[in-house]
Amino acid sequence: MEMLSVKNLSISFGGLRAVDSFNITIQKGELYGLIGPNGAGKTTVFNLLTGVYKPDSGIIILDGENISGKSPIEINKAGIARTFQNIRLFKNLTVLDNVKTGLHNQYKYTTLAGILRLPSYYRTEKLMTEKAYDILKVFDLDKEAATLSANLPYGKQRKLEIARALATNPKLLLLDEPAAGMNPAETEELMKTITLIREKFGVTILLIEHDMKLVAGICEKIFVLNFGMELANGLPQDVLNNPEVIKAYLGE
Amino acid sequence: MSFLSYLIKGISLGSVYSIIALGYTMVYGIAKMLNFAHGDVIMVGGFVIYTLMSLAGINPLISVLAAIVICTLLGVTIEGIAYRPLRKASSLAVLITAIGVSYFLQNVALLVYGSNPKSFTSVINVPALKLADGKLTITGETLVTIPLCIIIMVILNLFIKKSKVGRSMIAVSEDKDAAVLMGVNVNKTIAITFAIGSALAGVASALMFSTYPNLSSTSGAMPGIKAFVAAVFGGIGSIPGAMIGGVLLGIIQILSSAYISTQLADAIVFLILILVLLIKPTGIMGKKLHEKV
Amino acid sequence: MKKNIMKVNLSKDAKYNLITIAAIIVVYAMCQIMIAAGMMSYLMKGLLVPFCYYSILAVSLNLTVGILGELSLGQAGFMCIGAFASAFFSKCTINLIPNTFIRFTLAIFVGALAAAIFGMFIGVAVLRLRGDYLAIVTLAFGEIIKNVLNTIFVGYDSKGFHFSLKDAASLKLQGDGTLIINGPQGITSTPQDTNFTVSTLLLIATFIIVANLINSRSGRAIMAIRDNRIAAEAMGIDVTKFRILAFTITAALAGVAGVLYAHNISSLNATPKNFGYNMSIMILVFVVLGGIGNIRGSIIASVILTLLPEYLRFLQDYRMLIYAIVLIIMMILNWNPTCIAWRKKYSLGSIFRKKTQGEV
Repeated sequence: MEMLSVKNLSISFGGLRAVDSFNITIQKGELYGLIGPNGAGKTTVFNLLTGVYKPDSGIIILDGENISGKSPIEINKAGIARTFQNIRLFKNLTVLDNVKTGLHNQYKYTTLAGILRLPSYYRTEKLMTEKAYDILKVFDLDKEAATLSANLPYGKQRKLEIARALATNPKLLLLDEPAAGMNPAETEELMKTITLIREKFGVTILLIEHDMKLVAGICEKIFVLNFGMELANGLPQDVLNNPEVIKAYLGE
Repeated sequence: MSFLSYLIKGISLGSVYSIIALGYTMVYGIAKMLNFAHGDVIMVGGFVIYTLMSLAGINPLISVLAAIVICTLLGVTIEGIAYRPLRKASSLAVLITAIGVSYFLQNVALLVYGSNPKSFTSVINVPALKLADGKLTITGETLVTIPLCIIIMVILNLFIKKSKVGRSMIAVSEDKDAAVLMGVNVNKTIAITFAIGSALAGVASALMFSTYPNLSSTSGAMPGIKAFVAAVFGGIGSIPGAMIGGVLLGIIQILSSAYISTQLADAIVFLILILVLLIKPTGIMGKKLHEKV
Repeated sequence: MKKNIMKVNLSKDAKYNLITIAAIIVVYAMCQIMIAAGMMSYLMKGLLVPFCYYSILAVSLNLTVGILGELSLGQAGFMCIGAFASAFFSKCTINLIPNTFIRFTLAIFVGALAAAIFGMFIGVAVLRLRGDYLAIVTLAFGEIIKNVLNTIFVGYDSKGFHFSLKDAASLKLQGDGTLIINGPQGITSTPQDTNFTVSTLLLIATFIIVANLINSRSGRAIMAIRDNRIAAEAMGIDVTKFRILAFTITAALAGVAGVLYAHNISSLNATPKNFGYNMSIMILVFVVLGGIGNIRGSIIASVILTLLPEYLRFLQDYRMLIYAIVLIIMMILNWNPTCIAWRKKYSLGSIFRKKTQGEV
């Protein structure tokens, strides 16, 4: 079953084709890698998929629903969550509150109920806290629930971003360089976590990564982007042995 | 004919706003701060001229030059004492400090000169020009103000584009950290910006109080706010924007007080500001900023 | 273990709020005792209600500045609307509703509602604006309100309401008519329904509203927008809705402060002194010195900074000058990196904090 189907997605910035006729089909439950040299347009693809940029042309179908041209908020509600290359946590909120913010659309009570502390407030907040702790435990962050997210070490901030994205209960999770800045041991652990959350939360994952060990280690399929265009797409062993890909990465 | 005379009056007032707005906009562009005390520097300039010319009987030109020098020194001093220690603080902290400086200047003036408004004698001794059989009169103040403003704009533009100091100003306003790496002395550049802005405030004080002679400790505040509005109007940080914004603001204010209501003139000015920003959120000449995701 | 952490978390907020409310009540009781014992000066008595409405203004502004993270200089404008709407209501209904309690309660709602409508309007209008642009638009809005109210004439007689922008005479009121809003003279002889008790209760209510809002789903959404708008959108948070919500609540509460103000004085008119941008700036100073995002701090700062000029009265003409200097020095001490480093080195609190950080 197709989770994401993108056809002919393109965008230009001032004459430069940042992403040119991007096509991808991701099956439900798949773990897909999006790689390419710096400036290839990988993050731009993420920004197009999540509605930060409006595509010049192309169609994005998520689980049968056309989401092209929708706003980031609508797209998140439709089922895409993401992390950011440059970490964008809510710095002045605690770890717990960051995740609870992700739960915003899963558990609801009115503003008035919050102000007047009606029973629905206590009931829902309790459920939210429990759910948030469940998610934090997966990332081994539950002991730091009361810490301000800005005070977390870098590696844990990256994990918290994934936890927060998962809290929105997505069908498709986009991870933008989740292992950036991590040491080999942390990366190893992250690989385990990513495979684990796919099982536990039944989520489809598309990730951008420069760490080839991670990509080759966990991705079932790999898409290589170069100058905004598809260079290769398919199974890891085929893609990574493709002479074009090697050339793009190592130069002539 | 009366429309034309109002229009000229508006351009004249607008030119003064432009000069004040330039000070606001240059400081904002470089130090990224709203210098709320800028209007009060104009008030100080006014009192300097009043003291020298009306009380001590010194030649108007020398009085004006003295006011420009004192305003310049004042601007640099304020920057050094109050703003420089807060270079890395939040913009809100700097804003509050600027408000403190504004209160300070107003209250010093109040202590020295008392609360009764002083009547400012015009520093401009140019006869009024009568056109179309005396139906259209252009005051001497206007005859001096408009050309002087144009000259100032041209010189300032050349200075910023051509001189080394001017180019380092642009560098600091684009990217402070990169400017440091390129060997630009940021503190010195900001101090020079304050000096220029305050010198312009000195010029503005002579022109403004010659036309609107009511001088008290708070008479700089409203023109300061208006000039700030003019700067935002034109796109804050943009020098041509400040000129256009200032002139437009002056024209709108004079025309609306002439044709609609004197009491509502300020409200109309502010309403048009809101409308402009709703249509173009960064002002007429403002650059649109994209946040990189 | 898990339950334990949750309990501590919940009660920590609740404890903080309870302590603050208790402190307000204690101060209130002390003031009442002092009044009863005749120990309070006439001047101080006159400041009790202002303490409350300034605190309400500061707490509510903190919602926009500290929690939403947007600079607003229009607080006086919202207060002005609340004041005029409620005074208008009270003057019209003074014969209709003789019961002060009912009339004043309604007046509070009228003031809050009128201000909330304008707050919502401003919230919608400034959707595309951020930072300093938003600051100048809110300032402009406040000035517009003040200016427009100075040109309005409204009267009432047997034929209904009369309205003019020119002068009182052009209302052509009948013999039995009363002038309600008299242009620059504003509204005179509003019933003086405000007292210290009501003001304190409304302050407590304001505190509870803002504190509870912060610790709720909507409050988290507002703070998420403050910390990172793009990430908030990516989490599916309706940025527009919560920005407008914060503006509206801020305005409504400022309106309540306006109601207290209007019913505490005999004649209400919009001057630069009470509803000009300088008032908005003064409230902003309270918020910043009390701590951005710290609502208890807003109350403390409002009271201290309202008292300070009074206590500096012995300095006579120099007092506002000293106030300005104190303001500048406080900002530098608070924010200058060298001063911060110095404070951290020598304060007890920081030593304690270092230890706890070490444990984590």
